[in-house]
This record gives sequence, structure tokens and C-alpha cells, in this order.
Amino acid sequence: MGAQLRVYKRRIQAVTATKKITKAMEMIAASRIVKAQRKVAASMPYATELTRAVTAVATGSNTKHPLTTEAEAPARAAVLLLTSDRGLAGGYSSNAIKTAERLRERLAAEGKEVDTYIVGRKGVAYYGFRERKVSESWTGFTDSPEYSDAKKIAEPLIASIQKDTAEGGVDELHIVFTEFVSMMTQNAVDGRMLPLSLDKGEEESTEKGEILPLFEFEPSAEDVLDALLPRYVESRIYNALLQAAASEHAARRRAMKSATDNAGDLIKSLSRLANAARQAEITQEISEIVGGAGALADASAGSDK
Amino acid sequence: MAAELHVELVAADRSVWSGEATLVVARTTSGDIGVMPGHQPLLGVLESGPVTIRTSDGGTVVAAVHGGFISFADNKLSLLAEIAELADEIDVQRAERALERAKSDTDAGAERRADVRLRAVAAH
Repeated sequence: MGAQLRVYKRRIQAVTATKKITKAMEMIAASRIVKAQRKVAASMPYATELTRAVTAVATGSNTKHPLTTEAEAPARAAVLLLTSDRGLAGGYSSNAIKTAERLRERLAAEGKEVDTYIVGRKGVAYYGFRERKVSESWTGFTDSPEYSDAKKIAEPLIASIQKDTAEGGVDELHIVFTEFVSMMTQNAVDGRMLPLSLDKGEEESTEKGEILPLFEFEPSAEDVLDALLPRYVESRIYNALLQAAASEHAARRRAMKSATDNAGDLIKSLSRLANAARQAEITQEISEIVGGAGALADASAGSDK
Repeated sequence: MAAELHVELVAADRSVWSGEATLVVARTTSGDIGVMPGHQPLLGVLESGPVTIRTSDGGTVVAAVHGGFISFADNKLSLLAEIAELADEIDVQRAERALERAKSDTDAGAERRADVRLRAVAAH
């Protein structure tokens, strides 16, 4: 076998092995999307009921709570960024990071200091490489988050929003995650979790023509709100984690699908080249034999004379 | 037909039970509360403990809830809890083992959870 042909054969082999891996990853990701989507759907009733309850308290009572009232001059904001632990998911993590960067710029332009909290190894690596300060980070559960993970994340965030700004607390809480729209579309979005923006809730309830009744609070509106808001933050974070996980799998599936397709194309063009090389080799051998035989014949014909 | 109220019992990661009921008894931080159809709109903080739901067909559903909220408005009652289990789903032996283990490890949280589970089964 000729040297050229051997090189092609080896490359085809290598690409075939890679294709097998990407194909397997594509299929794994595809099966996990369905599971992740189911988890998102299962967490919805809790989230909607909780949002209803929060809206009810916040609109149905005149209670002032640090978590619902906007600070007059917000000086510091916390940004929670959700990225993935593993790569090979196309632009998934970098899109989320880009959205977070834009949010940071906007907050900085409004004169707010930004504290960053990160979930996922990719985001941690990005900030670590640029030697930026990260208040806290969590890794290791982005592909199948549990409620306890959301609790773990919410804890320091709630603690810092309850602290005074002068003592290092924050006035606002933002979250950046990748929203799962459909199998094909996932958008990196940012949103403000706290203080609650109630106009949205009110709009929603008036749209449905539903008037929120006057509630009796047990034991008191303040206590209910105290207990409710941390749960609300946890549930929002949990929902965001689940959506981000579904988006991650969808992004990975798409990236791996195009990798598999590209590997297929590469194998096709490489085997064309290999075939041409083999054919050229055969042609050369034939012409060498024919040439050799001709030379022999000429030589023997010469000696006969 | 007796008046009914619609009950949704949801945990953070799933919907545990939903259906029609005539009476729901739960324990809030300020004491036990019974909700019947037509109750005044209510929002309360739940203690960890068993919740009893008397269904409209005469049956009783008991669930263990670990913290959470009760909210009633418009003849719809929602029970929200981070963790909620029906008494039928609770594995008694496992809960007993967990209780003993928690006691020996002095893990107050785990002990409380196991205790709530056992109380829910006992009330069933």
C-alpha cells in the first residue's frame, strides 16, 4: 500500500471513531432533554401556586418588606449566572456569559456595584481566567439539578439581600439563565428576581379577569411574607436551573448532531481521495509493468540481432 | 350534594395529590386549622406535620408535609410544600430506621422528617 493511501486510511479511521462518539453523545443528550423537560413540567404547579401566593400577599396587604420594596438608591446588585459544567454544547455557555456581561455593563452604567454568583464550571473558568472576583460558585449538578441544589444557591443570596448595603449586602437580585423555548430554540435571558416587580403580577391577574381576594393571614402578613419569599426565590432558581439543564442538553444535541454530520461529510470526501490515490497507484503500477515489459522486449529484440 | 372545595397538594418537584374534598385539616404555626368550603381567603405558614384531607367520596387522604404554605381562595385550596408525601407512599420501616439513625447521629432535621412521616402513617 502506498504512503498516501495509508495516510488517508488512517484519517478515515480516526474520523469514524470520532463520529461514533459524537453520535452517541447526540443520542444521550436527546434522551436527556425529554427527562429534563418532564422535570420542568413537574415543577410548574409549585412555581405557579407560589407566585400566586406571593402576588396575593404583596397586593393584598400593605406590608412593607425589605424583599418587596425597592431601595431608593440601589448601590449593589447580585447577578446569578447559570452555565454548564461540561463543554461540547455549542454556544450554550458563552451565550449565557455574554448576556451576563451585558447585564453587568447595564448595572454598572446605573451606578451599581455587581456581585457575581456562578453555577457551572464553564462560567467559573471564564471568570477565573480573567481574574474577576466571584462571590460564590457552585459546580457539579448542572445536568440534573435537584431542589436541594436550588436551596443551597438561594441561601447566600437571600442572606446578602437581607443585609444592609453598607455591610456588604445587595439591593437587587438578578438571574441570567438559558430559557428553554423549544427543542430548536433556547435563549439566554436575564431577569430581576428581587425586589419583586409586582406590576407584572397585577397585569396577569387583571388579564384573566381575576380579582385577588382579601386574605386572612396566619399568623400575620409579615410572618407569611418572611416565610414565603425565600421559598419563592428558591423556586425561581430551581425553575431556572431545570430550564437551563434542558437547554444545555438541547444545545449539546444540536452541536453533536452537526459534528456527526460534518464527520460524515469528511469521511465521504476522504474516501473519495483515498479511492483516487488507490486508482493512481494501480495506474502507476500498470504503466510500470507495461513500461518494464516494453523495455525488456526492446532489450531482447536488440540482442537477437 | 355537600359543598366541595378543590385541593391541590404540590411538592417542589411534583404534584402529589389533587381532587375534591369537604374538609382539610392542617397545622399552621399558630395552631391547627380546618378549612371547609366557603372559608374566608386564607394564607398561612404550615408546620411540618400530617395534613388530613377528607375527600368528597368519604375517604381520607393523609399526607406528610415538611414546612410549606396553605392558601385558600375562590374555593380552591393549595398546599405547597418543599417535600410532601402521601401516607400510602411512606415506607414505615424505612422511616423507623431513619428515625433511629437520626437519633443516634443527633441530626435534628432528619429526625424531624422521619417523625413527621411516622405521625402521618399513624394518623392514616
